[in-house]
Amino acid sequence: MSIVETPRVTRTEAPVRDGVIGRSPLRPDGIAKVDGSFQFSSDLHAEGAAWGATLRSPHPHARIVSIDVSKAWKIDGVDAVITAADVPGKATYGLIAHDQPVFASDVVRYVGEPVAAVAADHPETCRRALEAIDVVYDELEPLLDPEAAIAGTHPPIHPDGNVVRHQRIVRGDPDATGEVVVEGTYEIGMQDQAFLGLEAALAIPDSGGGGVELHIATQWLHEDRGQIAACLGLPEDQVRLVLGGVGGAFGAREDISLQVHTCLLALRLGKPVRMAYDRAESFLGHVHRHPATIWMRHHATADGEIVKIEARFVLDGGAYASTSSAVLLNAVTHTQGPYRCPNAVVDGWAVRTNHLPCGAMRGFGVVQACFAHESQMDRLAEACGRDPVEIRLRNVMRTGDPLITGQVVESVAPVERCIRETAALPLPDEPIGGRDADPMRLPGGAGRTADVGHVRRGIGWGVSIKNLMYSEGFDDYSTARCRLADGRVTLKFATAEVGQGFVTIAGQIARTILGVDDVDLARIDTGVGSAGSTSASRQTWMSGGAVDAACRQVRERLFEHVADLHGLDPLQLEIDGTDVVDTLGDLRVPVAAATAGQVFDETVEYRHRPTVDLDENGQGDCHVAFAFVAHRAVVDVDPELGLVKVVQIATAQDVGRALNPLSVIGQIEGGIAQGLGLAVMEEIVQVDGRIRNANFTDYLLPTMLDMPPVVATLVEEPDPQAPLGAKGVGEPPCISSTPAIVAAIRDALRDDAGRARPLVRVPVRPQDIALSGTASPDG
Amino acid sequence: MAVVVPMSLREAVDALAANPGALVLAGGTDAMVEINDGHRRVGHAGSPEVVVAVDRVAELRSWTLDPGGSRLTIGAGVTYTELMEEPLASFVPALAEASRTVGSPQIRNAGTLGGNLGTCSPAGDGLPVLSALDAEVHLAGATGTRTVSVHDFMVGVKQTVLAPGEIITAVTVPLLDGWQGYSKVGVRNAMVIATASACLAVDQPTRSVRIALGSVAPTIVRAPEAESFAAGHVDWGAGHVDPATAGEFGRLAAAAARPIDDHRSSAAYRRHAIDVMARRLLERAFRGADPT
Ligand SMILES: Cc1cc2nc3c(=O)[nH]c(=O)nc-3n(C[C@H](O)[C@H](O)[C@H](O)COP(=O)(O)OP(=O)(O)OC[C@H]3O[C@@H](n4cnc5c(N)ncnc54)[C@H](O)[C@@H]3O)c2cc1C
Repeated sequence: MSIVETPRVTRTEAPVRDGVIGRSPLRPDGIAKVDGSFQFSSDLHAEGAAWGATLRSPHPHARIVSIDVSKAWKIDGVDAVITAADVPGKATYGLIAHDQPVFASDVVRYVGEPVAAVAADHPETCRRALEAIDVVYDELEPLLDPEAAIAGTHPPIHPDGNVVRHQRIVRGDPDATGEVVVEGTYEIGMQDQAFLGLEAALAIPDSGGGGVELHIATQWLHEDRGQIAACLGLPEDQVRLVLGGVGGAFGAREDISLQVHTCLLALRLGKPVRMAYDRAESFLGHVHRHPATIWMRHHATADGEIVKIEARFVLDGGAYASTSSAVLLNAVTHTQGPYRCPNAVVDGWAVRTNHLPCGAMRGFGVVQACFAHESQMDRLAEACGRDPVEIRLRNVMRTGDPLITGQVVESVAPVERCIRETAALPLPDEPIGGRDADPMRLPGGAGRTADVGHVRRGIGWGVSIKNLMYSEGFDDYSTARCRLADGRVTLKFATAEVGQGFVTIAGQIARTILGVDDVDLARIDTGVGSAGSTSASRQTWMSGGAVDAACRQVRERLFEHVADLHGLDPLQLEIDGTDVVDTLGDLRVPVAAATAGQVFDETVEYRHRPTVDLDENGQGDCHVAFAFVAHRAVVDVDPELGLVKVVQIATAQDVGRALNPLSVIGQIEGGIAQGLGLAVMEEIVQVDGRIRNANFTDYLLPTMLDMPPVVATLVEEPDPQAPLGAKGVGEPPCISSTPAIVAAIRDALRDDAGRARPLVRVPVRPQDIALSGTASPDG
Repeated sequence: MAVVVPMSLREAVDALAANPGALVLAGGTDAMVEINDGHRRVGHAGSPEVVVAVDRVAELRSWTLDPGGSRLTIGAGVTYTELMEEPLASFVPALAEASRTVGSPQIRNAGTLGGNLGTCSPAGDGLPVLSALDAEVHLAGATGTRTVSVHDFMVGVKQTVLAPGEIITAVTVPLLDGWQGYSKVGVRNAMVIATASACLAVDQPTRSVRIALGSVAPTIVRAPEAESFAAGHVDWGAGHVDPATAGEFGRLAAAAARPIDDHRSSAAYRRHAIDVMARRLLERAFRGADPT
C-alpha cells in the first residue's frame, strides 16, 4: 500500500529515540497475533473448569408459558441449569437504561434472546442439556416496522414503551427556503462488527466464597463490573475483572453478552466456568449497527450555499435500548456534516422493534447521517451545476462556526485542507483492469464475469465530521497510574486494548515525558480506576491524557528529588533524551541514575471539559470535540451485472498529531475496509425477525481482492484542547468512505445526459445497479 | 466415533460395506462446516458412528487420459488446485476456470471434485462444467460399480443417487475441440458462493454449443433451447456471432433458469445475470480472442 505522508518537523539536537511520540514502534502484541501465539479470551483455561452455554429464544416475540429444565438435569455431566429465577440481584442490565433481562422470564423480544444457561463437563454435554430444556412459548405478533412503533399502532413490546428516544433540532428560521431544493430518502442496512476473537470469558469464583474474578474480552471493564455486580447482587469490590485477549470490538463489546451468565454459573458451582460463542451465536449475542431510514431536504442558494436542512431520522434499535438514545443523538447532531448550515429542522426517532438489538458500532450514528448528507451534497452539486469538490468547498465548516445545535466548533477544523489534500493525491495511473488487463482486477474478480469493455469507472467524494468522546453531560474520565523506579516505568490502567494500539502509545508517552526506555505495562484490570470505554475515538485523548498527566506528576516528583540533591530549583530542570538536565547550568544526570533506589508513584484521573444535554429544540453544547476527514473513491463498475471493484481510496484525515503514524495508517486502512463493506456487501438480513445470514458464508466481508490500495495524507494540526494535540482517529475512516464509494458507483452509471443514478441504499446490491426500478423508491 | 483411513479404493469400499452409514470425508470443506454448524452430526445416536477419510486413496487422487486422448477420467479426490494446474487446465479449461473461483487457496488445496458432487449444492462450481460436458460419474459399492450420467446423478438440492455405502470414484469428461469457459456472479470479488453461474462449452466438430446454469434451480440445468438456437445461428465458418444472436442466446438461457428469491439474491437478478453471462460467454467463444 502506498502511503503519502506529510513531512514532519522534529527537533533534532539529539537523535530521536525509537519508542517515543511521533515514531512508529511496533505493537507489543503484533507478532503474537500474526503467528497465532496470542492468547485470546477463548484460549483462557483453568484447572477443572466447567463449560457454560446459553439457551436462546427461537421466536422474535413470544410469551414464555413454562420452562421445564428437569430433563436437562438428568443428563450425565450437567452441573447447573439456571434461568431468570436464579438471578440473585437485579434482573436486568443495560448501558443507559437497564431494560434488558439477564434471562427472559415472561416475554422474549428477539430471536436469540437468552432464556436459560447450563454448565457441564463438556461443550457437547451443554449442547444436549440445552436441547433437553423444554420451553413452551405462546407466540405474539412481532413489531417489525419502526414506523408502527412511532405511530403507536402496535402495543408496547416492553414496559418502557416502543419509542426509545425522540429528539428534535430547530435552529434559525424554520421557514427559510432556498432557490435550489434537493431531497432524498436514504436507507442504511444493519451492519455487524464482525470482530475477530469471538465472545469468550472465564469466571473464577473466590475460594472463600463470595466474590468472583472474570477474565473477559470487553471494551470497558468498570462499566461491565457495575452491571455484573448489580445482577449478581454483590458489592462491586467483590467482582474483579481482568481483560482477556481481544481480537477486535468496534462497539460490539460495549454491552453485556455472556458476562453475567458466566459469573452466575461459576458462583453457583463454586468452580471456574468458561463460556465461548461461535460465530453464529456471536451474531445473536451482541448489538449491531442501527438500520436507518433518513429523509433529508437541502435548501441552497443558486450557487450552492446551504440555507437550510430538513431531516427525519428513523433508527431501528431492535428489542432493547442499549445505546440507542446516544446513537440517535449523534445521528441528528451530525445532520449537516462538515458544512455550515444556518437553519435546520430535524426530527429523529430511535425505536424498539422485535429485531436484533442495536447499539454501538464504529461511527455510532454518524455513519448513517453521513451517507445521507453526502448523497445530498452530490445532488446539490448536480442541481447547481457544480462539481462535488466545489460544492463542498463552498460550504466547509471552520473553527468557530456554530453547529445546528448552537454549539460552536472549537476544535481545529481543517475541513478545507482535508478536501484539498485529498484532491491533490494522485489518481490511479493504470487503466481499467490494470496494464496487464488482469481479469482478477475487474468487477466480478475471480468469477470472470466481465471483459474490459463492459466496465466503466467512476469517482466519488465523501467528507465527514465526527464527535470525539462521550456526549450530553457524561463524565467519561480516565485513570492512569505511573510508577518510576530504578529507571523503569510501570504503567497501570484499565484501558481495554481492543486492537486500537493504546498499549503501544502508552509506552511512547512515558518514554517521551520521563526519558526512560524501559516501560512495563501492568495487567489491564479493575485494580485501578476506570478508563472509560474504548470507543468514541476517545482513548488516545482520554487515557493518553491520563497517562500523560500521571507521567508529568511523576516527573515533577523526580525533578523535586534531583533539585533537592543538587540545591536547584525544580523548575529549571528538563528531560533531554534519557537525562535530567539543568537548563541554567551543567547538571546532566541519566534518569536511570537519578531514580536509583527511588520510587515515584502517581495516579491521575483525566477529565475532558463538561458537556450538557440538548434541550427540547436540540440546542446545547452536547459534544466535546470533533475530527474531520475527506475520502475520494475510484470504483470500476460493471453496470449490466451490477458488480463493482473499488480501485483506490484517497484520504486526508485530520488527526491532530500522529503519535504513532503506523498505527494511524492501520486505523485508516481498517476503517476504510469497514466502510467499503457497508457500501457494497455487509448486511445482516432478517426476514420476519429471523436472521438469515449468521455466518461468514453469507455475511460477506471484504477480501484482499475487494480492498483497494489506500493513499493517505495525515493532516497534522495539533488540537490545543487535546492533551497531546492528538485527536482520535478510529472512527472517521469508516464514516465517509461509504458515501464516497457509493458516489463513485453513481458516477460510473451516469447516462448519456450525464445524470447519475440515485442509489439510495447501502449496501448497494448488484440488483440495485443492474435492474432499473429496484434501486430507489424516489429516484 | 471411529475414523477409518483406507489407503486403496478396495479398502475404502470394504470399509463402507462394513459401515454403510459411514460419513465419507474427502477434503472436509463441506462436511466439517456442516458438523461445526450442527447441521450434521457424527458419533451420536442416530448419526454415523464411523468416518471413512478417503484423502489417502491413491486411485481417487489421480487422473487418466484414455488411449485415444478423447476422454479424461478425473479421480474424485482430485483437488481444485490440481485441476487448475497443467496439463489438466488445458484439457478442460472451463473446469480450471471454475476451480479458480472456488473459495480461497486453502479451500482449493483441500476441496475436491468428488466432494462437490457429494454435496450436490446448486451453487457447486464444478457442477455446471460437468453438466455442460455431459460427464459420467463412476460409483463403487459393495455390490460392484456403476456409471451414471451427471444429469441423473444430481437429484435435487443436496440430493444425489448415491446409495448408502457407495463411493464416488471418478468422473469422465470428453475433451472437446472448441472454446469453453465459466462465469460466476457473487457479491464479492473472491471467495463467494455463486448467486448465478454458467458454463459454456463449444464442440467445433459437431457444431454444438452447450450451456449449463448454476444456482438458478434445485440442481444444475442446461438450456436446450438456447443451445440449439446458438448451433443454428452462430457463423461457424467465420467463428463469429452477431450481437443479436448473442442477445437472443442470453434471453433463451435465462428462460431456462428457475431461480428463487433468497437472502443471497432475488430471482429477478439471478435470471438477469444468466442472461448477461450467457451472452458474454457466447461472445467470448465466438469473438475468439479477447482473453480478458
Ligand atoms: C470457505 C469455503 C469456501 C467455499 N467456496 C466454495 C466455492 O466457491 N464454490 C464451491 O463450489 N464450493 C465452495 N465451498 C464448498 C466446498 O469447498 C466444495 O463443495 C468442495 O468441493 C467439497 O469438497 P471436499 O473434498 O472438501 O468434500 P467433503 O467436505 O469432504 O465432503 C462433502 C460431501 O461429499 C461427500 N463425499 C466426498 N467425497 C466423496 C466420495 N469420494 N464419494 C462419496 N461421497 C463423497 C461427503 O460425504 C460429504 O457429504 C467452500 C467451502 C468453504 C469452507
